[in-house]
Amino acid sequence: MLICYSSPLRIKRNIFEDIDWVMVVIYLVLVLFGWISIYAATYDELHPSIFDLAKNHGKQALWIGLALVIGLIMLFFDTRFFETFAYPIYGFALLLLMGVLVFGTEVKGAQSWFVLGPVSFQPSEIAKFGTALALAKYLSMNGARFDNLSIKLKSLAIIFLPGVFILLQPDVGSLLVFTSLLIVLYRQGLSGWIFGLGFVAIILFIMALFLKQYEWTLFGTLIQGKVAFILGLSSLAALTYYYLRKRKGSLFIIAAGYIASLGYFLSVDYLFDNILQPHHQNRINELLGIVSDPLGAGYNVHQSKIAIGSGGFSGKGFLQGTQTKFHFVPEQSTDFIFCTIGEEWGFLGSLVLIGLFLTLMTRIVWLAEKQRSVFTRVYGYCVASILFIHFTINIAMTIGLAPVIGIPLPFFSYGGSSLWSFTLLLFTFIKLDSERKYVLR
Amino acid sequence: MINLENRKISVIALFAVISLIFIARLFFIQVLDDSYTSSADNQALRYVTQYPARGIIYDRHGEILVQNQAAFDLMIVPRQVKGIDTIAFCELLNISKEEFVQRVDKAKSYSTYRSSIFQKQLTGSEYARVAENLYRFNGFYGQKRTLRIYPDSVAAHVLGYIGEVNSKDIERDSVYKSGDFIGISGLEKQYENVLRGERGREVLMVDVHNTVQGKYLGGELDIPAKAGVNLISTLDLGLQKYGEQLMRFKKGSIAAIEPSTGEVLSLISSPNYDPNLLVGVKRAANYQMLAQNDSLDPLFNRALMAKYPPGSIFKIIQALIGLQDGVILESTGITCNKALVGCHNHPSARNLREAIQMSCNPYFHQVFKRLINKGYSSNYFEDSALGLEEWHEKVSKFGLGQRLAIDLPSLKRGSIPDVELYDRIYGARRWAYSTIYSVSIGQGEVEVVPLQMANLAATVANRGHFIDPHLVKEIDAEHDSIIHYEVHNTDIDSKYYEPIIDAMQSVVDKPGGTARRARIDSIKVCGKTGTAENPHGEDHSVFIAFAPRNNPKIAIAVYVENAGFGGTWAAPIASLMIEKYINGSISDTIKEQRILGANLLFEPIEN
Repeated sequence: MLICYSSPLRIKRNIFEDIDWVMVVIYLVLVLFGWISIYAATYDELHPSIFDLAKNHGKQALWIGLALVIGLIMLFFDTRFFETFAYPIYGFALLLLMGVLVFGTEVKGAQSWFVLGPVSFQPSEIAKFGTALALAKYLSMNGARFDNLSIKLKSLAIIFLPGVFILLQPDVGSLLVFTSLLIVLYRQGLSGWIFGLGFVAIILFIMALFLKQYEWTLFGTLIQGKVAFILGLSSLAALTYYYLRKRKGSLFIIAAGYIASLGYFLSVDYLFDNILQPHHQNRINELLGIVSDPLGAGYNVHQSKIAIGSGGFSGKGFLQGTQTKFHFVPEQSTDFIFCTIGEEWGFLGSLVLIGLFLTLMTRIVWLAEKQRSVFTRVYGYCVASILFIHFTINIAMTIGLAPVIGIPLPFFSYGGSSLWSFTLLLFTFIKLDSERKYVLR
Repeated sequence: MINLENRKISVIALFAVISLIFIARLFFIQVLDDSYTSSADNQALRYVTQYPARGIIYDRHGEILVQNQAAFDLMIVPRQVKGIDTIAFCELLNISKEEFVQRVDKAKSYSTYRSSIFQKQLTGSEYARVAENLYRFNGFYGQKRTLRIYPDSVAAHVLGYIGEVNSKDIERDSVYKSGDFIGISGLEKQYENVLRGERGREVLMVDVHNTVQGKYLGGELDIPAKAGVNLISTLDLGLQKYGEQLMRFKKGSIAAIEPSTGEVLSLISSPNYDPNLLVGVKRAANYQMLAQNDSLDPLFNRALMAKYPPGSIFKIIQALIGLQDGVILESTGITCNKALVGCHNHPSARNLREAIQMSCNPYFHQVFKRLINKGYSSNYFEDSALGLEEWHEKVSKFGLGQRLAIDLPSLKRGSIPDVELYDRIYGARRWAYSTIYSVSIGQGEVEVVPLQMANLAATVANRGHFIDPHLVKEIDAEHDSIIHYEVHNTDIDSKYYEPIIDAMQSVVDKPGGTARRARIDSIKVCGKTGTAENPHGEDHSVFIAFAPRNNPKIAIAVYVENAGFGGTWAAPIASLMIEKYINGSISDTIKEQRILGANLLFEPIEN
């Protein structure tokens, strides 16, 4: 009988008591569903065994076994361990991120991997865990005064400090993951406008790229798309001011908004051409339909959409996906694993997968809100946000709604490093949640 | 202060909205939009046509006359041809670089992603050499076809040949697709619908490197090719082959029929050609050679297409009609009056038998005169016209002047003159017996093809009827009904045949008979020689016969062009054929050697 003395009020009889089995079951279903999807993606008639260690699916079996061990170990930890060691873990992760810039191995243009013999891992995975813990720790101590600007800035610093190192690798995908933690700050009281701003920024960005290509003739004058936009924006600002002219300070806000929008709009070209790398530019142009090159930059997404689209309502059946089996989609067992579900299990299978993720993320948020401990709540939000951004970006890129950004589908994509890190994230929350009743508010 | 706890609703709503967007998008591309499915099929599936094996044609004893051999078309998918070693590839196929470029361009102009033929009909061994190197040449693969092969190289004219369909064929019958084969002549054409079979299809999966990865859905969508149906022909391979040997270096033809069934035992036209020449890639070039560069016209099927005057053979018909109409009796004797029509030196015929045996021209001049001038009208011209009409009707019953219903696509009808013909030539009532008398001995306006003469021999052998000659005796239960032949009766009572047959036996057996060279000790052969006058050169040597006299097994007609008197060449050839067919061996090898060694072609053969 496993006994754990973690609660000051009550002694738990065993570690499985008060565990949220819903999350555990969804986790297991996702991991197993992922495993057979990898099997389908890397299936080889000559090596039909799902445990064949020469193939990705065989290795994944091993990684899953280790992940389950990691998950189990998490349940043995004293919850106070996470709170106590939050900062040291965060610091250790930062050291690793710095180290990888020096000692790491470059994979696909980003120096983001440590390779130690047969084992390789991305320190950014540990950094997600460390950042979640550090943010939870910091906000559990200072969260009550979140309207204080310095607390806000410090929180942002905790989130984006790893981001700086990750940008140096450079690994845009992982950087985006950290951005998702803004959701956590939103729950703590950060204004929702920040998301509105982000939304406006994306719209302006897309419009700037689009309008570059167009020009119209109006009253005999040739008007370029950009000029048309500036005229439109100016009239909008003028109109807004006209309606709100009685309000105090409206001129200042409208003028600031106008200038900021205009400046941003005009700088998009520069940002796009000079900050983004050519393959990012291609992927964005491809996504927006500005260029179409299904055999070049658009190959992945084109093939991915064909694989998913050809699945139909109920799919082609397990191991019957022609696009899956014959390697038309590159990276299918890792970043493009969703193609396998789309093709072989069809719309129904995709629906089930999306349903599982939505249930898991909602469940985490729901349980986080029930916590008496701020630490656990914030940590829960962190887990939900990280899962959410992975889920969103990964699936959106496979169905052509987002540019190709190489981040895995949690629990699904092939690879030990990402599976272990998600297991670590989730089971830490499961452990923390299981102590909910024993924590004093 | 705002209640921050309620922000969980916004966060969960965000999760839900994103999920809904995904579901909507997936519904669109997976359920509503079919184009992804067809894209997937286009790139991962390869539809390979399975060409059916064409039906095999057997002889009457089950020996193979024509069968199939494997061949391969080398296919190209231009889009997939990337980074290959062009020089090595050209060497492999033995083509020049320019040729390669030209062919690739041609394929591209058809389609860059669909396959088209790069090189046609490589033989099995040629392809084997190419196939083991194909892995180095992306974008090429072999497509299995079948070609005809004729193991004994016989009966080219009867079997005919096949070739690729042309645009007219495709328009006429949607079954055909470009690249299919179709029968162009002979039995291949006549029985095309039976022989061709049905095209099948195989759906294969290919991977991103265009390497075949097996059958799609375990072959569930495959349609196996349905092989063509085999034919059992009436030909006797041994006899056909022997006849072709006998006819070497001779121009002419042999037709042999089994009288009791109308089955054609052999049909030979000489000079002939090796049917294997008209197979595969070299077909067009060889055809050109045979059709244009050979003055002997080997493609011409003389047995069905060459029109000759029947010569003295026609006397059989004159005699039969004479007996039936009562203008002569068996015992009628007529003086050999060479003033009427030329004749060779022989004693006057004391009866019909002698007249046939000696082939007396003035005798039949008189017989035909009696048939034409029956006194139906006091007007000499009108009387001739009425007589000819009656006569014409009776002659036609022998299948002359009309197409015999043989199951081959092209054959000539020949011609038996009628009132209309002479009216056209001379004007109505401007002609009379004296104008047309040469018809009495099978000259003049009478024209027949060799098959009709063999059929005449069969009619006599049957004592008054013939069965439409035919070349296919059996197909299968489903198709046997298309084999169709009828029995035709002549208007001559069968009792009148016996004296004629007596006479025909005398022609062969009796001293003074014109076809002593046709004698076979063990078989009673009945025959009649003919010497068809030929305005262009030496007369044609003609002989018809049947044997044995009782219960005949074979009726035969032999034509040897420009070979002179019928008894000299045609008669011995016919007898060799008869003996070979009935006894299976030849007793008189001197006769055989004489025929085999004879070169009756005026031009020397160049080899």
